[in-house]
This record gives sequence, structure tokens and C-alpha cells, in this order.
Amino acid sequence: MIRVKGIKKSFGNEHVLRGIDVELYPGKCNLIIGLSGSGKTVFLKSVLGLHSVDSGTVEYDGRILGDLNKNETKKLRQEMGMVFQGSALFNSLSIEENVGLPLNFFSKMTLEEKSDRIKFCLNRVRIPDDAFVKMPSELSGGMQKRVAIARAIVLNPKYLFCDEPNSGLDPETAIVIDKLIHDITHEFGMTTILNTHDMNSVLEIGDHVVLLQEGKKTWEGKKEDVLTTDEKAVVNYVFRSNLFKQMRNALAK
Amino acid sequence: MIYRFFEGLGAYFLFLADVFRRPEHWREYYRSFLREVDLLGFSSIALVCFISLFMGAVVLIQTAMNLDNPFLADSYIAIAVREAIVLEFAPTIVSLILAGKVGSNIASTLGTMRVTEQMDALRVMGINPASYLVLPKIAACLLFNPILVIFGMLLGLVGGYLAGDLLNLVNTEVYLSGYFMEFFPHYVSYSLIKTFVFAFIIATVSAFFGYKVEGGAVEVGKASTKSVVAMSFTIILFNYILTDIIL
Repeated sequence: MIRVKGIKKSFGNEHVLRGIDVELYPGKCNLIIGLSGSGKTVFLKSVLGLHSVDSGTVEYDGRILGDLNKNETKKLRQEMGMVFQGSALFNSLSIEENVGLPLNFFSKMTLEEKSDRIKFCLNRVRIPDDAFVKMPSELSGGMQKRVAIARAIVLNPKYLFCDEPNSGLDPETAIVIDKLIHDITHEFGMTTILNTHDMNSVLEIGDHVVLLQEGKKTWEGKKEDVLTTDEKAVVNYVFRSNLFKQMRNALAK
Repeated sequence: MIYRFFEGLGAYFLFLADVFRRPEHWREYYRSFLREVDLLGFSSIALVCFISLFMGAVVLIQTAMNLDNPFLADSYIAIAVREAIVLEFAPTIVSLILAGKVGSNIASTLGTMRVTEQMDALRVMGINPASYLVLPKIAACLLFNPILVIFGMLLGLVGGYLAGDLLNLVNTEVYLSGYFMEFFPHYVSYSLIKTFVFAFIIATVSAFFGYKVEGGAVEVGKASTKSVVAMSFTIILFNYILTDIIL
């Protein structure tokens, strides 16, 4: 379990995170939702340790991120996988080299074992074998996201972080990516933390949903509760469009 | 402005401390080094050869014009051309050209990696991006820039000889013998020392500007331009300092 206690983060005079307490459950898809600028990405990067927080702690199964020594931090990093918003594949490496990079650094596998693991991960995200030698720029946005997922899971991480993994994708591909992340989470028993402002994702894969507004947690619950809760913060976030408001009123009747 | 300069200088040395941390996995660094040699070194050969050839030709024409005297043997023109090319044109001008070509490439590549979160991806994996991305580039520049400068020297001399021959400006036999007269090997080592220092400046200054980019594509472009300006200033400054110390 990842336990976040009172984290605050500012950039100059701009207070982005204003004290967030939340528990992120193992083996579940934990979704962080909120409008653009609500602090989702900064929250995710703070939990990952990419941003140092001004105050508060992040605890990974009892290990407090800031208190670990260099080797312990390195070991923890190997338990993390991350899918970035823009995929963040290395342009100078082929698809299989991208996926194999963490293995080259941190595994003691033989070349054959590495090759098998790379093939398994890429096939798991449905990348065809003939695309393995291609460069990232030769793939579509959806395929790049799938390769990024394969790279994130190649070391069999305990924690998977995804920053708006379906942004910029068409609705159909977005659903495919969502489903893939959901399936992988349950298949490998990972703790997945996913940032999104896409309500489709929330309703498809959100086992545990946390709403952030202006750097604060304003609500958390299950995806089923998102549509039925009377919590003002959620209602204002989810039912912003007139169509959704009418649907909600119709459901209420 | 002075405060900003020293702040930048401090950040540069902290960046170097990050770069020169012990590599996590030598084999990966070696692979990356080979890629950089190809990208930064081999791809610059044609440009350096072309420029050096014509640079040598121009130096010969100008020297021959200025030393057009019946009491002065053509071998003296050859000595002047050789010294100009070996001491200054090859190491400094070629390094300035490489600062533009290789340096801007390094700055924009690293800047793009920064803004597209590729560096964050490395950090999440537990890999030190400064070391993994920059150290192979420094090694490639330190290895290949001297080779390019030696090419530059040789082709500059060939360019001078060809121009003299084709334009009938000198007696080619006398001119050629001049290339070997009063030759001090120390001048070549002086040039190569300068080239090593310039190569280090090119790789680290451009990497520093690229690594520290914040923002988007516009900032990457600005960082690339700033890095070329900073490299040019630093190279010219160190050219003076090294010449004063070594010669």
C-alpha cells in the first residue's frame, strides 16, 4: 500500500499541493481525477519522488521515500513503473531496446532470458513481432503508449504509475489502453495509480477514485459512487455539461 | 548580471558532479558511447574535410599575395600556411564549427528529452540521466574531436598545396619542401591539447544548457542558441589562456 500523508508542494509562490492525505490500495486501479491544473501530475511526480515535497511523507509498504538511503531508493525505483503522458520513449532506441533498457541495467538475466521477457511484455500489450525493431517515431500514438506500458512492466513492478495514459488518443484506442492497464493491474497484482480527467476511464477502470481540486483532496470513493454521490465537489466535476446534468436529473427521477 | 553568472557557473559544476558519478552499468554506457561516436563524430567528417580544404586554399592565396616578393622563397609561404593551419585554424576554427554542429545537436537533443519527460523516465527507472546521457557524449567528443582536427590540419595543408598548384601561385616543389622545414612537433601537441579542452567545453556546456531546459519547444531552441553563444565565448577565452600558458 502507498500511504501519502499531508504532502505539500509549492513552486515559488504557487502552492500546487496543499496537504494531501490518501491511501492507494494494492492490486487496484487508483484513479486521481481532477481538472487541468488541479495538481494531479505534481501529485503523481511527488509520490514518485521526481519532485521533492515541501512537507509530508510518502510511504511504500512501510518504507518512507525521503528516509531511504541511496541503495534502498534504487531498489524501490526498480519496483516502480511509469507510463508518461507523452509516452517518453527514447527516440534513439528501437522498440525492443526501449523495453529492454531497464533489464540491461537492473536484471541479471541472460541475453536469451532478456529477449524472452521483452517479447512477452510487448506481446502482452499486443505489439506485433515485426514492430520490435522499429523506432518510436514509426509507431502510432496508441502503439507508443502500449510500448510505454510494456517498458513500465518489464521489471515486474509492484507499483505502476500512469500520467494521463490516454490523452491525445481517439476514444476507441483510449478504451483499449484503459482496459490494458486494468487487466495488467489485476493480472500482476500491482498497485496502479493513474491520473486522468477522462470520465470514461473513471467508469471503466476506477477501483478507487480520488478527486483533487486546487491541490486538495476533496473526495474519494468507488467508481459506482461517482455517479450517485451528492458530494458537491464530485457533482460539479462530473456533471459539468448540460447533457450530463440532464442525465443525472433523469436518473434521480 | 554578475550574480547570475556565478549562479550559472555553480549550477554548471554541480551538473558536472552529477555527470561524473560512477556509471551504473558500463556495458550500456559503452553502447551509448558507440552511438554518440557515430552521431557526433563520423557525421562531422565530411563537413570538417570540406571546410579545411578550402580554408587551406584561402590561407595560401592570402599569404602568397602578401609575401609576393622575389627575394622570398616559396618555402616561406609554406611555413606561414602550415603554422597558421596547425596552430590556429585547425584547432580553433574546426572547434568553433563543431560547437555549432555538435554542440547545438547535444543541447537540442537533451532539451527535447527533458521536455518530453524522457529524463524523468530514466530517473523513475533509477538511472542517473546526467551521467547516462552526457558522459558518453563527452567521451565521444574527447575521442573524436582531436581526430577531426588532425583531418583538418592535413586537409588544410593539402588545400594550400592544391590552390598553389592550380592557381600557379607558387613553385610546388619548393612549396612542398617548406612544409617540412623548421617543423616543431610541440606545435601539434599544443593544438591537440587545445582541441581536448575545446571538446570538453563543447560537450559539457551544450549538455548543461540542454539538460536545464524548462518549458517546451521554444525553450529548446533558445537553449540551443544560447549554448552555441556560450561555447563560442568560452572557446575563444580558453584559446587565449592556453596559448599564453603553453606557447
